[in-house]
Amino acid sequence: MPKLALSHLEATLLFALLISVVLGVVTKKNDKDRLHYGLYCFGCFVATVIGLGWLMRLGHG
Amino acid sequence: MEEFSMSAETAKSVSIATWLPAVLIGWVVPGGGHIYLKRMHRGALVGAATVICFVFGLMMRGAFFEPQKGDLLITLITYGGYFANLCTGAPYFLATWLGYDQPDVAGHVHDYGTKFMVGAGLLNILSMVDAWEIATNQKD
Repeated sequence: MPKLALSHLEATLLFALLISVVLGVVTKKNDKDRLHYGLYCFGCFVATVIGLGWLMRLGHG
Repeated sequence: MEEFSMSAETAKSVSIATWLPAVLIGWVVPGGGHIYLKRMHRGALVGAATVICFVFGLMMRGAFFEPQKGDLLITLITYGGYFANLCTGAPYFLATWLGYDQPDVAGHVHDYGTKFMVGAGLLNILSMVDAWEIATNQKD
């Protein structure tokens, strides 16, 4: 199996995408709501990752 | 609250023989519970997400958890991680059967790999619960 070396950002975005897909599928009752909720979750994950990333950068000075 | 108690009543009225095969198949084959219940697209999506998560974990050379007794935190983390690994089902058993045995080493890529494999197990738990809800007529 090939070895993969992802950066922090790539790994977290991939993880966020996969989790968002499952959360969207299992929590809502129709396809439109599933798509919206999946996108909403992904957006929240991305915003959190970028926000916390900047917070850590600014915290380090 | 009323909706919840109605759902619980609905779930109780469905026999175990109706939902257990869906949950067991969903555990062994990620997404299989949905496919067994004729929810093909949803089964394919959750199954693909779980397997992709697990395979990326393998490719990042993540480590499987081994249950260890120590202080409360160590016990909780190792038993919890081991349980999540087991919940991945066939991908986990296949990887261990084929001899995958990555030691836990330092480095962010290995660390992400370990988390991806635990995450795959947690995603499979979510899909098993969803399959149970479908089988007990709590959702379509």
